[in-house]
Amino acid sequence: MAEESRNIVRVSRVTKTFHLGKVEVRALTGVDLEIIAGNYISIMGPSGSGKSTLFNMIGGLDKPTSGRVFIDEVDIAQLDAYELAWLRCRKIGYIFQTFNIIQVMTALENVTLPMIFGGMNNDEAVEKGIQLLELVGLGDRYLHKPFELSGGQQQRVAVARALANDPAIILADEPTGNLDLKTGEEIIALLKQLSKERNVTVISATHDFKMLNVSDQVVWIRDGRVDKIENRDELSISIGEIGTKDG
Amino acid sequence: MGDPQANRLVVLPLRKSIEIALKSIRVRFFRSLITTLSLVLAVSFLSFVNVTTDIANGLLAKEDPDLRRVLVRAGYDIAPEETSVGNSPKLRWIIILSLLVCVVGIVNAQLMAVTERFREIGTMKCLGALDRFILRLFLLEAGIQGLAGAGAGALLGALFSLVNSFIRFGHVALTSLRWTDAGQSVLFAVLVGLILSLVGVMYPAIVAARMQPVEAMRVEQ
Repeated sequence: MAEESRNIVRVSRVTKTFHLGKVEVRALTGVDLEIIAGNYISIMGPSGSGKSTLFNMIGGLDKPTSGRVFIDEVDIAQLDAYELAWLRCRKIGYIFQTFNIIQVMTALENVTLPMIFGGMNNDEAVEKGIQLLELVGLGDRYLHKPFELSGGQQQRVAVARALANDPAIILADEPTGNLDLKTGEEIIALLKQLSKERNVTVISATHDFKMLNVSDQVVWIRDGRVDKIENRDELSISIGEIGTKDG
Repeated sequence: MGDPQANRLVVLPLRKSIEIALKSIRVRFFRSLITTLSLVLAVSFLSFVNVTTDIANGLLAKEDPDLRRVLVRAGYDIAPEETSVGNSPKLRWIIILSLLVCVVGIVNAQLMAVTERFREIGTMKCLGALDRFILRLFLLEAGIQGLAGAGAGALLGALFSLVNSFIRFGHVALTSLRWTDAGQSVLFAVLVGLILSLVGVMYPAIVAARMQPVEAMRVEQ
């Protein structure tokens, strides 16, 4: 794997400073990170560590104060509004803690919307949308409105929507944050399965330790910088550490 | 990602935009109704005043001294040599004021609608929507609401004016009315209503369209 590995995301000396009134908050103080295509990455860290900020940078949702973010070796700071929209539409699938299913649309319409944006015609989009909803286990519920679905089902719709344009990257911001333990596990398993089957890079910002079991790599963020990066084989030790820390 | 520009455009066909706009209105029907209500009232007032003037002009055109006296008694300032009546400056002011209040009401209601829909807008942007998709959706919604509201208001105002005049002047009010004039007044009121609706939504729609996706995500709901 090492020979063929290709960086899908490269973060180079990224800093981000927010101005809250007169106070300067340095959310990121120089982050370097390389993410290999097809991996399942968890970005872990306590709240306020800069985890969400880093996540937004990788997703092209926010621009760094200094440093560069490359997706597929393209510096996203160089992209204009159209190219950025295209990137969000075709290259990246987003999953949010609060699901963010568009309330006025059915499950199917939610899933087909990115395909319509991507230029697919309606019939094809509907066909693919139904397939994707079947894939996440909601084949019989595609005409339901979001309020008729449980949290776990809404998150499944979000997973299907994230896959709509066969993205290279799925960015999941606390995908299990609003779900109970069992439903959370199901969503994690689903993400892992999709990452394997479709060779999608999953990048997930989380502080859910359930994520550790499935991650190929865990990036620990602390005080706006990368604290350590652990690969899968090193992980069992750190889980032990966490156990002793918490206990 | 070195492929040509043409392959890298995100699109939202007009038919799909209209579909989404209609759906938004239907789902938030009550809210749309409230937004549109001030427009209905203002436009019906405009239509009422103009159609009533048309009716008075119709009566004057009969050149009947009795009718002229009835009109004067009804409050029209008609000099002996005049053959038509217009709206008094005071009345025009009231119309303009009512339309202004209506626009302010629409801006207020639409700004609230945008705030309510921050998350929806942000999500669409994350899915690849361009600023102008959002702008177009809001304009379409306002256009549909404006057309429906102004249409209803104009017809309501005209109807009220006809009934009112019939009661005051009798059936001669209807027989002497030039219906093309009344039709023009109604159409004019609809047009004004539509324009007001679009003007009112412009600022809120621009606010919505310019929003960064990450800002939309931050909003707690």
